[in-house]
Amino acid sequence: MSEPKTPSGKKRPALSPKRRAQNRREFLRTSLLATGLVAGSLTGLLPALGGANARLRPPGAIKDPQSEREFLAACIKCGQCVQVCPVEAIKLADLLDGVGVGTPYIEARVQACDFSCDGLQCVLACPTGALTHEIDYPAQARMGFARLSRPDACLAVKNQGFQGLARGAAFQGKLRYEEIDRWNPIPVADHPYDLPLCDLCVRQCPIEIRIAQCAAGKPPSGDPNQCPPRHAIRLVPKLDGEGAMPVIESGCVGCGVCEMICPVEPSAIVVDIDRIAEPDSGING
Amino acid sequence: MSYFTDSIRQLLGLKPRKPRPEERLPAVVEAYAEKRRERLTKEKLRQVEAGRARAKDRHKWRNRRWATLVLVNLLFVLSYHFDVQLVEGALTASRVIGFHMADLNAALQVMLAYKHVVLNLVIGTSTVFVLWWLLGGRTFCSWVCPYHLLAEGAEAIHLRLARKKWVKDVRFHRGVRIVLYLLFALLALLTGYTVFETISPTGILSRALIYGPGLALLWILALLAFEIFVSRRAWCRYACPIGVTYGFVGTISPLRVQYNMQSCHHEGDCRKVCLVPHVLDVTIRGRAKTLHTDIGADCTRCGLCVDICPTSSLSFKVKGLDKVL
Repeated sequence: MSEPKTPSGKKRPALSPKRRAQNRREFLRTSLLATGLVAGSLTGLLPALGGANARLRPPGAIKDPQSEREFLAACIKCGQCVQVCPVEAIKLADLLDGVGVGTPYIEARVQACDFSCDGLQCVLACPTGALTHEIDYPAQARMGFARLSRPDACLAVKNQGFQGLARGAAFQGKLRYEEIDRWNPIPVADHPYDLPLCDLCVRQCPIEIRIAQCAAGKPPSGDPNQCPPRHAIRLVPKLDGEGAMPVIESGCVGCGVCEMICPVEPSAIVVDIDRIAEPDSGING
Repeated sequence: MSYFTDSIRQLLGLKPRKPRPEERLPAVVEAYAEKRRERLTKEKLRQVEAGRARAKDRHKWRNRRWATLVLVNLLFVLSYHFDVQLVEGALTASRVIGFHMADLNAALQVMLAYKHVVLNLVIGTSTVFVLWWLLGGRTFCSWVCPYHLLAEGAEAIHLRLARKKWVKDVRFHRGVRIVLYLLFALLALLTGYTVFETISPTGILSRALIYGPGLALLWILALLAFEIFVSRRAWCRYACPIGVTYGFVGTISPLRVQYNMQSCHHEGDCRKVCLVPHVLDVTIRGRAKTLHTDIGADCTRCGLCVDICPTSSLSFKVKGLDKVL
């Protein structure tokens, strides 16, 4: 800036040394304030972009398995996805979670996404496209990919059945059981099982449920587009004839229901978020 | 045009200009001369002030504002908890009866970071822009932002401590706000991450109210402590980019506080209660150029000055409304 002039055009008298010292101190502490605030805001950036703490994100999150950059850029942190989810699977990240304050994530073991809304409500609710509107059906989601992490612990591999509550009486998680209530998910703790051979991960897989419905001629909401084109998980009998092995297939969307329902502790099957199945080019039909 | 440029100067943190003698209207010069001839005694000034302090409506606008602020935030909270889907989302972005709304600053950060705008965001941003254009821009700050209410509490404590000389208001250069504004915009653009949202007290508080408290509230506490013990209203005065964004909207808004220099006693009570006292520099003796002056867009339209003015020289005005009616 040029030398400031007073209204009458005369040069302003030089500032007194005291005044100049005051100005300098104000400039210094103001710079300090600005630096502090910017540095503070940047602390949220590094862990989030580093991806070290990556979590399962809601269906449609625009990310590739290695990087969440796009998703983090687009999320406006409003929580509308949280509000519409019928099983309340979506949580918002806190300060120390290191995945971006206010961004949505899913803790599958606690409450997985079971697609009981059918229509991907979280995707429809997202105002910024951080959950892409390009997907319309559960089978198109690519959140992660399931893996049998502890085959030795798997009841099916051990040729064991399962009786009782999958996760105990205190478990808060919910699932929609169509045969009980078409519209409302119920607590898993209200739904005991009695299975000669444990197949919970296959039985409760939202993709497998849809495939079975379509095979019976009753696609969800009467919409044949809802029919998944590929299987997500199957029980394959072991060669020795004793028990069976859950095998994850290319239709797996990584919703996490298998991880949630697995009755052994810790879960024998988990969802990896650094892998996804090849996305579909089209829908079945 | 001068309203616009003066407002921009205020938002940039530049010093208010004193008008040159020839800039004052003859009627204004005459009014100032009249006041000099009829100097008010200190006694008379005190009487008028005391009269205002006893008036029943001395907190009229503050009470209306607090009620609005609480109601708006409560709507978000209750709508979610009772699942009535009236207002979904948080202050950063929401749907009101199904209609998209997006906070202008949060939307701007996302656009800069993501470099891609979906239709919903265009709709949400335009709706909110029109809303706050009609309502005065920074009206958002004092009538909706939950942090503003907490900061008013912190300010009251700060002033009480300052009166006892236990704390002293440390001031910063107001220009830092626009520097931070540009820095956060640049950071969003370069890193592809909405960096500011990590420390946005508006977003953090709104989410905490709706979705439950979290550790991020510690940041809010730190800010409030800073405002109590170090610098009065520091976040809103020197830092908040949201205020700047809405301030820019306010430069073209018809809803303003208007100053009448003829009835003013220049005792300066309005500047003492104001969050952004530089916008009220026109109330200093000799600063007015016209009989009526609209207060610039950095004003949050909170109404504290309207409430406290003993001579009713400050009032809410909608520009052009008298012509329409």
